[in-house]
Amino acid sequence: MTETTTPNGFKLDTSGQRVVVDPICRIEGHLRIEVNVDDNNVIRNAVSTGNMWRGLEVILKGRDPRDAWAFTERICGVCTGVHALTSVRAVEDALGIQIPANANHIRNLMMLAQHTQDHLVHFYHLHALDWVDVVSALKADPRATSELMQSITSWPKSSPGYFRDVQARLKRFVESGQLGPFSNAYWGSAAYKLPPEANLMAVSHYLEALDFQREIVKIHTIFGGRNPHPNWVVGGMPCSFSLDGTGGINMEWLNLVSSIIDRSIEFIDKVYIPDLKAIASFYKEWTYGGGLAGKNLLSYGEYPDVANDWSQENMLMPGGAIIGGDLSKVHEVDLRDPEQVQEFVAHSWYTYPDENQGLHPWDGITEPHFELGPNAKGTKTNIEQLDENAKYSFIKAPRWRGHAMEVGPLARYVVAYARGEEEIKDQVDGLLHDLGLPLPAIFSTLGRTAARGLECSWAAHKMRYVFDNMMANLKAGDTATANMDKWEPETWPKVTKGVGHVEAPRGALGHWIHIKDTKIENYQAVVPTTWNASPRDPKGNIGAYEAALLGTPMVDAEQPLEILRTIHSFDPCLACSTHVMTPDGEELTTVKVR
Amino acid sequence: MPDSEEHIDTLILGIGNVLWADEGFGIRCVEELNAAYEFPDGVRLMDGGTQGMFLLPWVSRASRLLIFDAIDFGLEPGELRVIRDDDVPRYMGAKKVSMHQTGFQEVLASARLLSGRPERLALIGVQPQQLDDYGGSLRPCVRARITEALAEACGQLRDWGVDYRQRERPLQADERIGPGELEMQSYETGRPL
Repeated sequence: MTETTTPNGFKLDTSGQRVVVDPICRIEGHLRIEVNVDDNNVIRNAVSTGNMWRGLEVILKGRDPRDAWAFTERICGVCTGVHALTSVRAVEDALGIQIPANANHIRNLMMLAQHTQDHLVHFYHLHALDWVDVVSALKADPRATSELMQSITSWPKSSPGYFRDVQARLKRFVESGQLGPFSNAYWGSAAYKLPPEANLMAVSHYLEALDFQREIVKIHTIFGGRNPHPNWVVGGMPCSFSLDGTGGINMEWLNLVSSIIDRSIEFIDKVYIPDLKAIASFYKEWTYGGGLAGKNLLSYGEYPDVANDWSQENMLMPGGAIIGGDLSKVHEVDLRDPEQVQEFVAHSWYTYPDENQGLHPWDGITEPHFELGPNAKGTKTNIEQLDENAKYSFIKAPRWRGHAMEVGPLARYVVAYARGEEEIKDQVDGLLHDLGLPLPAIFSTLGRTAARGLECSWAAHKMRYVFDNMMANLKAGDTATANMDKWEPETWPKVTKGVGHVEAPRGALGHWIHIKDTKIENYQAVVPTTWNASPRDPKGNIGAYEAALLGTPMVDAEQPLEILRTIHSFDPCLACSTHVMTPDGEELTTVKVR
Repeated sequence: MPDSEEHIDTLILGIGNVLWADEGFGIRCVEELNAAYEFPDGVRLMDGGTQGMFLLPWVSRASRLLIFDAIDFGLEPGELRVIRDDDVPRYMGAKKVSMHQTGFQEVLASARLLSGRPERLALIGVQPQQLDDYGGSLRPCVRARITEALAEACGQLRDWGVDYRQRERPLQADERIGPGELEMQSYETGRPL
């Protein structure tokens, strides 16, 4: 039988031609997607798999919990600060440490800066190229491009001469044969809908964003010290303030942070958001890619306004779970409850004593078990086709109360919208109004992309709010940045457990730690891409990537642009969930049609 | 001003991931170089990890860039190779050379697009023996090449006219380029059983 319906309500049909896209991630690590398409090239079955990840306990067991952040910071090259913060929060939770107000403000600022920079880079440097045809920009009329630009924004760089210069620069770059960042794409595909002028505008902003994002990184340099890997400490932040300028972070640096915040808000609101709207207006009929977005969404909540208060009411971006698309109810999420977050391995290359059961991360085990299913094609070192009825991924299948969940900016936005957060509702309703679209339109690939843009703007504005609060606190005379009362292991309980969570740019991230005799006994992370790239679970529920691809028509199965669009809309980061294993792996994305 | 504001004459960058055995070669080299020598202002030693685009603020401000990395040239494990200037991107474009090529090749191309820098480039790479040992350290045949890699680096720096000298006193905690708990000795002795 080739046609089935999953418990989470998706029809799968494996009878059609199989298309394999490997690897799909433009950053690092391997994600592979296999789909079956019907006679009309519509995706009827989807399989998401990632290569090789091994549990953090392999590197952390027996080490000092206060050092864990430095190790977790190295598991991903893109989400460095995110893992480190999650780790110090987990240890603080386990040891009952309260952090000072300034440490909370700095952490919030650093995470907001990370979201601002990461979303901006993702949009222009990874995702826009799925919608923007760079080569087509060479055909644009610079004068018409200028008119288009001036009709949508007051951003000053918009003259015909400016666009003529960018076009000339692009032409030299293309002619040099060094396409570099632009090399991994399907230029000229009929799936691209923008006129040449909109393409040229977007390419210009690609270059401006590349330049500008370097400014945002400075916020991490100022507060985190030794960048590119910021410093963290259990109990607070390892930096100090001296407003009179005797060492540490002085007014000159704080003024620089303030200026970067202002410039970030301006760039995002005058360049990114208008571009997003302009591009979306040409793709309004491309309504695919919703998948789990209209059903099950999860956010842990982020940015405690007051330090050490983890209630959702205190979160600048409150979290929760939406089940079955019912926006009238936001479920509370408890990461300590063994019945809520669980990981399954029935379809993952690991083994559990009972694979029908899930394990809560505090009880998590990572025992690799790599074997191909009976219907797989190829060999273990050269897999031609996976057998999704057997084990088929090194990514585990996390579930919340048994449900497959989508995480990320769209999940955060839908949860906050359902909670009635005014700022979020205004942003979402405003964008939908401008594009003439109804609310359900956000449950799509474009909705995911739009939520990321809106959140980028929200995060930049929130940096201003947090910065002003921090300055008020500093000026009131509180300069404390760390609480070292429980630094010494003699003050710790013999056995303790903790959980730390962060809403990373890519979604809900949790670290679960078990400390015994002052050393790490077990350490498990459930990362955002594990939720989204999840394989099937024992009941057959498919994961967020798999669900999102179903029903999407492809212009040409040999050019899987539509698959890339939807997968990139999740901002996949496989470095922490997987690792590049093949030293001479394919340089570009390969596509095989069988 | 924070250091990301300044122009960098010479950036010496270790690339890789210390958590994956021979992937840590680049980081270990730059740590050893830092432990052995003192450099003048304008020379910056950095543990770049696998940071990709996050490195752009430094790479695009550097006139000269010296990279230590684990690379795949299809050589014998532990074999060392030095590539210079235009050979670096060309080689990278032809075949996957670095484990982080997607990330770092983009950084180089983007830096060139933005600022025309770095003007001079040298890559000192080693062929890894093993990568898929999570939590492991350098294999003996790779570790044995650190001294030679440092000698290559010193030769390249002399050619570029960079003035450096032997450290007179041992490296102090605040002179490290990465967190102490990740330095090779504590990393290796703390490995879980």
